Amino acid sequence: MVIQVDDKGDVVLIEVKEERLDAHNSGELKARMLALFEEDKNNILIDLNDVRFVDSSGLGALVSGFKNASSRNGVLKLCGLQPQVKSMFELTRLHRVFEIYSDAQEALGSF
Amino acid sequence: MKETIEVDIKVPNQTRYLGLIGKIGEDVARTLRKFKGDREELAYQINTVLTEAMANAIIHANEHDPDKEVHVKIQIRDQELCIYVYDQGQGFDISLPPKRNRLTGNLDEHGRGIFIIHSLMDRVSYAPCSNGHVLEMIKKLK
Repeated sequence: MVIQVDDKGDVVLIEVKEERLDAHNSGELKARMLALFEEDKNNILIDLNDVRFVDSSGLGALVSGFKNASSRNGVLKLCGLQPQVKSMFELTRLHRVFEIYSDAQEALGSF
Repeated sequence: MKETIEVDIKVPNQTRYLGLIGKIGEDVARTLRKFKGDREELAYQINTVLTEAMANAIIHANEHDPDKEVHVKIQIRDQELCIYVYDQGQGFDISLPPKRNRLTGNLDEHGRGIFIIHSLMDRVSYAPCSNGHVLEMIKKLK
């Protein structure tokens, strides 16, 4: 899985450089986030701009990251959702769980 | 003129084939000349239910067994799109969780796949067949 990870001050920006976030690769994203939590990096922004398809496993990995960040007094936010990806968040009501921003710049300003 | 299409695919029991099958489902949806609705939305929905159903077959029914395979059949007949996903396992539970557990605030990491399939398709059933089980998913195309 292609993921770009960048430190942005107190926030770690994870850009998912894949067309699909699904049962095949979501475990890798989850593992990368767990490694960041172990380094005490608990404020995470995930940029999904390149992702045009997400399934329940991809959503589950993001929920896992959200819960881990929250339990460590951090926060996990999302940005760059394509319309069809956003529709999956709406279908599963997860758009009410995550803070979702249109792009990384706007999201980074919100931490 | 009748528009009947049947696509029959068998792939190894590996999640790396999810994208391939999802893409085939999208392409089938895009060829439906008579469908009056949003064809791109339908394509995305078919990709989604195929991905969810195959992942369940590979992970839960076939338990990642590399010697097993997943068989997918996509049929367009009359005004219905029918998808069959055959596994070679002991089956898994496709019943929906209680409604209150599906709404806002649910932070479970698992369990959304079956909900998504039920939400996007009109009829869903799961039954034993000769070598395992078959998940049948039907969507009306009117």
